[in-house]
Amino acid sequence: MVPPSGASAWLTSFTSGAMTFLAVFAMALSLASGKLANRWAEALDRTATVRISAPEDQMAIQTKAVLEVLKTTPGIAEARALTPEESTKLLEPWFGPDLPLQDLPLPQLVAVTETGAGYDAEGLRQRLAAEAPGAVLDDHLRWRRPMAEAAGRLRLLGLLSIVLIGLAMAAMITLAANAALAANAQVIRVLRLVGARDTYIARAFVRRFTLRAASGALAGVVLGLIGVALLPAQDAAGGFLTGLGFSGLGWLLPLVLVPLAALVAFLATRTAAFRTLKRLT
Amino acid sequence: MVRKQAARNGTQTLIAFENAAYSYGGGELLSEITLRLAPGSFHFLTGPSGSGKSTFLKLCYAELLPTAGRVTLFDREVRDLSRDDVALTRRRIGVVHQDCQFLDHLPLSSNVALPLIVAGRTTATGDLQDLLTWVGLGPLATALPPSLSGGERQRAALARAIIMGPDVILADEPTGNLDWEMSLRLLTLLVELNRMGKTILVATHDLNVIRQAKSQIAARVLRIAKRRIQLAGADL
Ligand SMILES: Nc1ncnc2c1ncn2[C@@H]1O[C@H](COP(=O)(O)OP(=O)(O)OP(=O)(O)O)[C@@H](O)[C@H]1O
Ligand SMILES: [Mg+2]
Repeated sequence: MVPPSGASAWLTSFTSGAMTFLAVFAMALSLASGKLANRWAEALDRTATVRISAPEDQMAIQTKAVLEVLKTTPGIAEARALTPEESTKLLEPWFGPDLPLQDLPLPQLVAVTETGAGYDAEGLRQRLAAEAPGAVLDDHLRWRRPMAEAAGRLRLLGLLSIVLIGLAMAAMITLAANAALAANAQVIRVLRLVGARDTYIARAFVRRFTLRAASGALAGVVLGLIGVALLPAQDAAGGFLTGLGFSGLGWLLPLVLVPLAALVAFLATRTAAFRTLKRLT
Repeated sequence: MVRKQAARNGTQTLIAFENAAYSYGGGELLSEITLRLAPGSFHFLTGPSGSGKSTFLKLCYAELLPTAGRVTLFDREVRDLSRDDVALTRRRIGVVHQDCQFLDHLPLSSNVALPLIVAGRTTATGDLQDLLTWVGLGPLATALPPSLSGGERQRAALARAIIMGPDVILADEPTGNLDWEMSLRLLTLLVELNRMGKTILVATHDLNVIRQAKSQIAARVLRIAKRRIQLAGADL
């Protein structure tokens, strides 16, 4: 009943397409940073190592001292001296199984597990230096903590972007719908005069804008996925930028953006239509 | 169904004004209007241009609400009607608007069938064609409204007004831009509808049309003068 409305039709499809295209990247970013955050957090595993290198006769005393210090350090959940077999096993990847390690002066390793709250690394270092001069606290994985946090933030930012994209799309579709409603004021008037209910009139606009948003979104998702697929493959080092992508069934995830865009268009147009109709008799 | 019978028995009030007034914002255009359209009656509404004939009709199909007093449609006060109620009420009142109010992008047949379409009802193509033939527009079903003559538009508007089988037909200057012959044809259609039991109110300033009608049917004449509506005497 409502005549085709050229400009607002294009505006809706284009907006929906462009917005979902962006949303696909936001989604990829969010998923990749989420994965990264998990991996790094896992790697942290809340462990550190104390390495003790001392002359053979002092080794036992210093190890005892170290364990004593660790036991009384707040934030340390557990400290355990590794057996020579365990130490050997750790070195295997670097030296191969055949190296006669028992002939080498191996450092004693103490595995440290921290509590959730963590410990004061600098303070611990100083106490270790005082009690056991051969002990070195190796918490090399700690530097990853802020990175893991940053990755977590990045995931949030990605999700926030998707929400903002959705809101921006709702705003633009509302403008387009209002333009279409204004352009068709006379048509709406006639429909009211011959006994059309508001729902009937609104439906004509809502259906049109929802379908346009959905088709635009489908195009946007497809283009976005092609864009993501064309990014360089993830390299072995697991660099962040090259990790931007989906895996397996994850490739289907962005398809939820299509019904989501349709829903946004549906709600925006419906609200705009009823607001306009309320003003007419 | 109950309502239809009530209308036939004459117990239901189709359109009633009780001390109603209307003002567009300045002074009152219509004041102290009290009248009642009896089922099956035929009324003319006359008055000078700008006296408020169209305004009165708009009050009759709830496009305007009275600024004072009460207007009752099918026994319900218009102010109590929800927006959906207004839509449903309009399906029972066929209106020939002064400016026809067509959708110019739709062919004549769709324009005539529009009340059915928006009500979600279908009609047999044959019935629609019969109706168009009855108003003399059979061959023009696919024409677009802007390409029609004034008289063709008026008759199409009448066809649209009656397609829902309304109880009441309101016509605003239906012969406004017609020659005498065409005016007579349209009047004949209205008289036929009245004989079929429809309640009819025609706003016009064409006294010849009124005289012609009175020779065929017991039509009464309402006249707007000094913001009031009075029943005109037999002098017309
Ligand atoms: N929407 C409006 N706002 C303000 N004034 C209006 C409006 N519509 C009509 N009027 C004024 O109300 C008066 C009555 O208008 P109306 O259309 O009812 O007259 P009418 O009797 O139908 O005239 P005509 O015979 O020319 O059709 C006119 O003076 C007109 O200018
Ligand atoms: Mg008028």
